[in-house]
Amino acid sequence: MTAPAAADTEHFAGSLKLFLSVWFWLLALTAFEVFLGYVHLPVVYMLVILMGASIIKAALIVAYFMHLRFERLSLVLTIVPALVICICLMLLVFFPDSFRARDMRYQGPAQPTADSH
Amino acid sequence: MATEAQAISSDWGGGVLPYRVGHRKLGMWLFIMSDSLTFSALLIGYAYLRASNAWPTPFKFYPSIIFSSVMTLVLLSSSLTMVMAVSASSRKQRSKARNWIIATAVLGATFIVLHAIEWKHLIDEGLSPFRLPHEWAEKWPGSTPLFGATFFGITGMHMFHVATGCIYLLVVAGRVNKLKHEDVEISGLYWHFVDLVWMFVFPMIYLLSIDFK
Repeated sequence: MTAPAAADTEHFAGSLKLFLSVWFWLLALTAFEVFLGYVHLPVVYMLVILMGASIIKAALIVAYFMHLRFERLSLVLTIVPALVICICLMLLVFFPDSFRARDMRYQGPAQPTADSH
Repeated sequence: MATEAQAISSDWGGGVLPYRVGHRKLGMWLFIMSDSLTFSALLIGYAYLRASNAWPTPFKFYPSIIFSSVMTLVLLSSSLTMVMAVSASSRKQRSKARNWIIATAVLGATFIVLHAIEWKHLIDEGLSPFRLPHEWAEKWPGSTPLFGATFFGITGMHMFHVATGCIYLLVVAGRVNKLKHEDVEISGLYWHFVDLVWMFVFPMIYLLSIDFK
């Protein structure tokens, strides 16, 4: 039932150059995000770009630092689709519903209409 | 016949570890999955509240954004040192691995100290989980005190994970001679997960609430 230890092979450990370049790109993406904050982009653009950049950073960390790129595809397919579905749930269900909730908020007493009867 | 033997020794043919990872490592991956769903629930709840309520945007560039950017840098560097630790451990260089793990824990502790200072700035201004400071309620009229609840809740949960991770790493560093390489890898997985969560928390909480006035 237990496989020989060698089956858990010494897979490619990743070179120092790879790790440093992943780290550099993570820093660059972060600096870009802070820069966007500095130039005061409108909130909607900010949100979309930040979420996109965060997903890319997460993918880099999971693939290279957590080594998932070099694991079996079956493990990748077990982990990644669940997170993708989670993100789709947020974008397609919860954000639209939050806009619905926002629009249903009480806006204050009704103003008298402008036309004179 | 040779191909048949190969087919049986495939991942699902039996007699091999599932996914070709050890059971401890698989357990850590499953824990990471469940913990990421916990953070997703918190962050999605925060996003929902944020989109449907008037929300203050109080983070000035100094001190909040500078502090949190430095914290991000510290956490990313700690991920790098952790990766170096796993790399050294894979080459059986135990004392080098121990030093890299201790460096990672030190950077994690730095993160916690900086974050605590950041919390103190906000608490001194009058922010609590249930109440906004008076100046904010005037500057952003009608804004909800849920800002404090979500801020402290999410960043506090993350800080708790960092603190637990530091303790975990120090234990692994202390026992590195008795542990296998796989155990160092597993502690690395947890630490990278903590960094990954921060990659989402930092933009969603800090960068979307910058005070330009």
